[in-house]
Amino acid sequence: MKRKLLTVITEQALERQLVQCIKAAGAHGYTITEARGEGQRGVRNADFDQGANIRVEVVCEANVAQQISEELHRRYFRDFAMVLYLSDVEVLRPEKF
Amino acid sequence: MQLDPVILFFLLGFGAGLLKAEMRLPSAVYELLTVVLLLSIGLKGGMELAETDWVRLLPQLGGVALMGVVLGLLAFALLRLSRKLPRSDAAAIAAHYGSVSVGTYAVAVAFLDTVGVPYEAYSAAFVVVLEVPAILLGIILVRGLRPDNGWNEVMREVFLGKGVVLLLGGLLIGLIVGAEGVAPLEPLFIDAFKGFLALFLLEMGLVAASQSGTIRRHGIFLLAFALVFPLLGATVGGLTAWLLSMSLGGAVLLATLGASASYIAAPAAMRLSVPEANPGLSLTAALAITFPFNVLVGVPLYYGVLNALYPATGG
Repeated sequence: MKRKLLTVITEQALERQLVQCIKAAGAHGYTITEARGEGQRGVRNADFDQGANIRVEVVCEANVAQQISEELHRRYFRDFAMVLYLSDVEVLRPEKF
Repeated sequence: MQLDPVILFFLLGFGAGLLKAEMRLPSAVYELLTVVLLLSIGLKGGMELAETDWVRLLPQLGGVALMGVVLGLLAFALLRLSRKLPRSDAAAIAAHYGSVSVGTYAVAVAFLDTVGVPYEAYSAAFVVVLEVPAILLGIILVRGLRPDNGWNEVMREVFLGKGVVLLLGGLLIGLIVGAEGVAPLEPLFIDAFKGFLALFLLEMGLVAASQSGTIRRHGIFLLAFALVFPLLGATVGGLTAWLLSMSLGGAVLLATLGASASYIAAPAAMRLSVPEANPGLSLTAALAITFPFNVLVGVPLYYGVLNALYPATGG
């Protein structure tokens, strides 16, 4: 069964707001991991609170993924370090997502 | 004057960071260190509050809160007058400098212990009181009275950040149980305070070194501000302490608080409330310049000056 995997890599400061947004869009769950890396906004080496990055993954239906992406785009793309991408995934228990 | 060993830990971390040595404390350890330091300072303050008539302190708390607003406005005015920064950046930096750093406060406490100068431990309550108003001021300077995220979100960020919760929590616990109640916890929170502070400063040295590359990018103006403003802040802090008839030790603490800049509560709140402000500017100033300056030069300097002037003014 096909679903979308939405991956967001962004500043830890946004975690709570991001979770709210994901839930409001109707996703059934999400996974958050700590992340490190380097990009347009410089090295975020996660050795300190304010430099910390998170990676949020959501497996959901295409329309939910679309809704979350649009919302994040509107609210955060301008001022925050945020990478967002979608991929197609095959899930084994579709009722979970 | 005897060099405090905790300062050498800071220098060790800073040096290791500059040399890109293979050294890093796990982030969970840094978290734990801040939790223990915040609770230690809170407990110590609470124990003293239990012994004092703390209703008498309410006017002092008001005076100190006012000091936070004055410092924030002063920083904002200076930054705006220079015409170097947009309003949002100036307000964000002002919020950091009106607010305070618990790490710097802890260094001043350790310093006073080393030189054997008594102080008002209840000043921990001042840390909480100073943490908040300047952040709110920073937001109001940019957003007026209508922040994008709404005041609920802002208040949550400011009052439920770990700094305020743990300090206030420690104060309350100390106040409720008193010195006798805290006694069983003393080995961890009181006796081991300096050990935890040493480890914390080691980590802060590493962090400050990792931020130091950004100083070059932000130019001489930011460097100058981050070195000069602490002196102004310390003056305001010292004067406030004198007006509130605090002891010499208390004046050193309040001067240090006035000189210090927040790098935990203010960055988190500003990031969400004033996202267009560049967090690199304020964090570099507060963490890579002002914090090391206060730790290495500021605290002994404020003590030296106040020690010379304070008795003369009858404080």
